[in-house]
Amino acid sequence: MKQLYVGLTGNEAVATAFKQARPHVAPAFPITPQTEMMHKFADFVADGAVATEMILVESEHSAMSAAVGSAATGARTFTATSSAGFALMWEVVYIAASLRLPICMPVVNRALSGNINIHNDHSDSMGGRDAGWIQIFCENTQEAYDTALMCWRIAEHKDVRLPVMVNYDGFIISHTSESLHILPDEDAWKFIGPKDLSNGYSLLDVENPITVGPLDLTDYYFEHKVSQMEAHLRAPKVILEVFKEFGELTGRHYDLFEEYRTEDAEMILVIIGSTAGTAKDVIDEQREKGVKVGLLKPRVFRPFPAVEYAKALGNAKVVGVMDKSVSFGGHGGPLFTEIRSALYGLENAPKIHNWIYGLGGRDTGTDQIVDLIGQLQNSIKGKKTEDVNLLGVRL
Amino acid sequence: MSTIKTKDLLEGGIIRDAGNAADFKTGDWRSNVPQFVEENCIHCMFCWIYCPDTAVAIDTSGEKTKMTGFIFDHCKGCGICAQHCPPAAKGKAAIVMVREEK
Repeated sequence: MKQLYVGLTGNEAVATAFKQARPHVAPAFPITPQTEMMHKFADFVADGAVATEMILVESEHSAMSAAVGSAATGARTFTATSSAGFALMWEVVYIAASLRLPICMPVVNRALSGNINIHNDHSDSMGGRDAGWIQIFCENTQEAYDTALMCWRIAEHKDVRLPVMVNYDGFIISHTSESLHILPDEDAWKFIGPKDLSNGYSLLDVENPITVGPLDLTDYYFEHKVSQMEAHLRAPKVILEVFKEFGELTGRHYDLFEEYRTEDAEMILVIIGSTAGTAKDVIDEQREKGVKVGLLKPRVFRPFPAVEYAKALGNAKVVGVMDKSVSFGGHGGPLFTEIRSALYGLENAPKIHNWIYGLGGRDTGTDQIVDLIGQLQNSIKGKKTEDVNLLGVRL
Repeated sequence: MSTIKTKDLLEGGIIRDAGNAADFKTGDWRSNVPQFVEENCIHCMFCWIYCPDTAVAIDTSGEKTKMTGFIFDHCKGCGICAQHCPPAAKGKAAIVMVREEK
């Protein structure tokens, strides 16, 4: 298959991937920095490149409600959001997962208010980590495009049937043009394929009428939550199958997380999203100086593959987890608490420290990561280092 | 409590059987209770239509459908039936709300 080599922003790339998925319905409401993605998609609709029914709603709560209604009929459905928009759709985000509707949604990561801030951090998606969605994070435009293609196969798989959130950093990825490979429309369609309507249920199936979303009290609610938990347990196998098939098709191979120069690493950084790209450059420089440092970049955050993390990080002397969001009053950011929990009980478990960084889009330069690696080296040497630290902020 | 296991439940908590609210007994927390005064009833079926649950019993076997009383397994004592009951016969309504007592 001949791929096209193009220059696109993250938003344009994701809109292109969604066009190629030929969704039936897309409820839309604008919010920076997601807006441009739906603009681009609306262009495709207006130009006749895709026959999606767009529903222009009055809020994100309505966008997700319309998506739920649409997906419950069996229609391939997506919407997109960021930050406060995601917060406004909160109630229905949980319902989408509870009703096992395979909606796909880019969350173009942006800080939450207040005070109001349009720039990137991960506090929006991380706040939604318990909502029952699969969450995949992207480092760059290529990953955002690829994930936006693959998400349909994961969400709609009969063993999963969960909504998928495609997360990529606001402005840094969404508004920055990068060169990337995309599939021709026909090849993308061959990979994604039409929605299998024999999976799940449909409100439009008049021969088999159903009730969706009834009162679910003490007698059944718990069992229904367990069935959602079980779908998450089945998801990694499906995700890896889809990643593998995609890798064979495109030459771009993905895993639940990416390991970068970790083979003999004494120190491993764990970083989600675009900052992982910055860290790779720093690691290359440090490696030339003989510093044994590597990177682990989470791709799939929900479900969280704890056993695999323990295996990948277990041989390091120290692990530095960077969180681009804060859990106020918690003992570290969301990524840190997950990874520390995954490592607990390992024999000779590495030391582990957390750095909160980049809130509200604060730039994270190579110098900050060099500084962090220096602190990890000091920790190995026995210098007392706090569990939870801050990076790049004035105290 | 139900004995149905997680693995036997339908995905997403959907319900395929129509009318199964009848199996779900919700009438055990009333403070008021409707009393049926049969001689005042003109069998207009307002109570049956307005009841938000399935607490009004009717008999459809005859030529004219008749209101026959209440199914207290489903009656929560909201009184909507009594509000809508027209005092057609002798100026008196056929449904009167009273305090629930043992």
